[in-house]
Amino acid sequence: MTAPLLDVRGLKVAARLGDRAHPILKEVSFQIMPGEAYGLVGESGSGKSVTSLAVMGLLKKPLRVAGGEILFKGQDLLQLSKREMRRLRGNRVAMIFQEPMTALNPLSTVGRQIAEMFVLHQGKGWDEAQRLAVDALASVRVPNPDRRARNFPHQMSGGLRQRVMIAMALACNPDLLIADEPTTALDVTVQAEVLRLIKELCAERGTAVLFISHDLGVIASTCQRVGVMYSGCLVEENETQALFGDPRHEYTRGLLGALPRLGSRSQHGRQRLVDIDSIISDRSKLTETRFIAPRAAEGGQP
Amino acid sequence: MLRFALRRNLQIVPTVIVVALLIFVIFSVVPGSFAASLFADGKRAADPQMMARLTQELGLDKPLMERFVTYVTDLARFDLGTSFRTRQPVIDLINDRMWASLQLAIAAMVFAVLVGVPLGFLAALRPGSVLDTVTMIGAVSGLSMPQFWLGLLMMYVFALQLNWLPSFGYGDGSLQNLILPAVTLGVTPLALLARTTRAGVLDVLNADFIRTAHSKGMSEAKVVRWHVARNALVLIVTTVGLQFGSLIGQAVVIEKLFAWPGIGSLLVDSVAIRDIPVVQGTILVIVLWFLIINTAVDLIYAAIDPRIKQE
Repeated sequence: MTAPLLDVRGLKVAARLGDRAHPILKEVSFQIMPGEAYGLVGESGSGKSVTSLAVMGLLKKPLRVAGGEILFKGQDLLQLSKREMRRLRGNRVAMIFQEPMTALNPLSTVGRQIAEMFVLHQGKGWDEAQRLAVDALASVRVPNPDRRARNFPHQMSGGLRQRVMIAMALACNPDLLIADEPTTALDVTVQAEVLRLIKELCAERGTAVLFISHDLGVIASTCQRVGVMYSGCLVEENETQALFGDPRHEYTRGLLGALPRLGSRSQHGRQRLVDIDSIISDRSKLTETRFIAPRAAEGGQP
Repeated sequence: MLRFALRRNLQIVPTVIVVALLIFVIFSVVPGSFAASLFADGKRAADPQMMARLTQELGLDKPLMERFVTYVTDLARFDLGTSFRTRQPVIDLINDRMWASLQLAIAAMVFAVLVGVPLGFLAALRPGSVLDTVTMIGAVSGLSMPQFWLGLLMMYVFALQLNWLPSFGYGDGSLQNLILPAVTLGVTPLALLARTTRAGVLDVLNADFIRTAHSKGMSEAKVVRWHVARNALVLIVTTVGLQFGSLIGQAVVIEKLFAWPGIGSLLVDSVAIRDIPVVQGTILVIVLWFLIINTAVDLIYAAIDPRIKQE
């Protein structure tokens, strides 16, 4: 068995407000193998994005890591100096954000913003970096990459901008790509294209992906394994097929049950959307079951 | 870009025309007359016969429409009229004062930008630090301190006690004479700039694309140089533009205090004795100055932000 690329062990994140620390992530553990696509699902506020920002070392005050280890290729990222972390960030671990509209600098050409990666991590001069940026745009299948590199973000559509983000993130051929809701802000038609692009490019280059989404459909179509997050805990983890076929945790079942289905209608011709309010409000039930996640995951593996 | 600049410049013309009309209308209806202010000594009313003679001589007895036509046709030939008091062409009076005013305004603004912008920037990068606290307290004090008091203080310290700089006057127009009035005048825009720069930089630092920049593995210094500076510049340029425009008019107090021969004191003196042609001319020049600064600011915007040219 190969060593995991990313091994998050008992990661705890807390928000420090005044002299009290509020737990945000409670001992989250998961592993991503080299080249694997791993999904994190869960509702807003469940801690998916905090997990990804913690891995990137980009947590902002008042959030900070309160315990655990983040092993990347066997090296604990939490022990690295700022400078060492910078060398890794963008270079070996890269990230795509949700909002392509605001995630790019409006006053700088997209070519220049991609070129920065080559200047930062490969010590290239600006001229060469700009040429490489055009190639990077071509690799994410942007038409007329030469002309597009000179565009400013506002001259591009949302889908194109997200392609620019992908080109930027994959510029240095990272080992791990963290995609935080990469398609949520996009049109449905564009979503599929962007998803396929991420999937194909990462498969080509052997890049592992940590996929974060609240959209179960997106996760199902892209990831080999899935972790379900709820209220700062990883409540269930399994192979995608197994998880969707046989959810073990009550919350996961609720989540899957809440999916509206095409064609399933009641006698009155209407479909009632299911919510999972009752589970959330019943905190006691969750405390009992939330820490069974690791065991359930192991049991679920063939 | 060239078309944008040209169009923006052409917009000055109609504005000037409208302003000129407004000025004329306002000053032909304000109470008080030059003749009255010249002859009245405060105890007795002025001699009506002498007043009538003077009014006739200055052409003020003609109907409003006729005076208006003369005013506009003269204006079209860049003739701003003749001062009631000195009987000199207004344009000469303004010309004598304009350069001292510009000198003062530019020097004050340069001082404000050179000190205020870096201070605001550093304060924003280390919010809550000693530098931040001191800068912000200084900015509030600078904004709330009366200019004439600050001027007197500067005079007392640097001219009287230390004897480093001349206390007042234009002198031969040397830098020495300029320093004290310019610094005093520059304190308000400096304080304002420090505050807006800080706010602007903090705003940019919270933007999503700064997080993106960090996620690329950029050092703090590079994030600031490559992504923060240019974005913060938009707000800074706005503030500089607004302040610059109003500096010429605002300078009256400083001009009086330091006996600086600027256009602000010319305006105030002329209003006091109802020397209408000078008042009209001076205001027109100040308005023109405002418009030029505004246009310059717009052009700088367009150079900084590619989204503006698109309309």
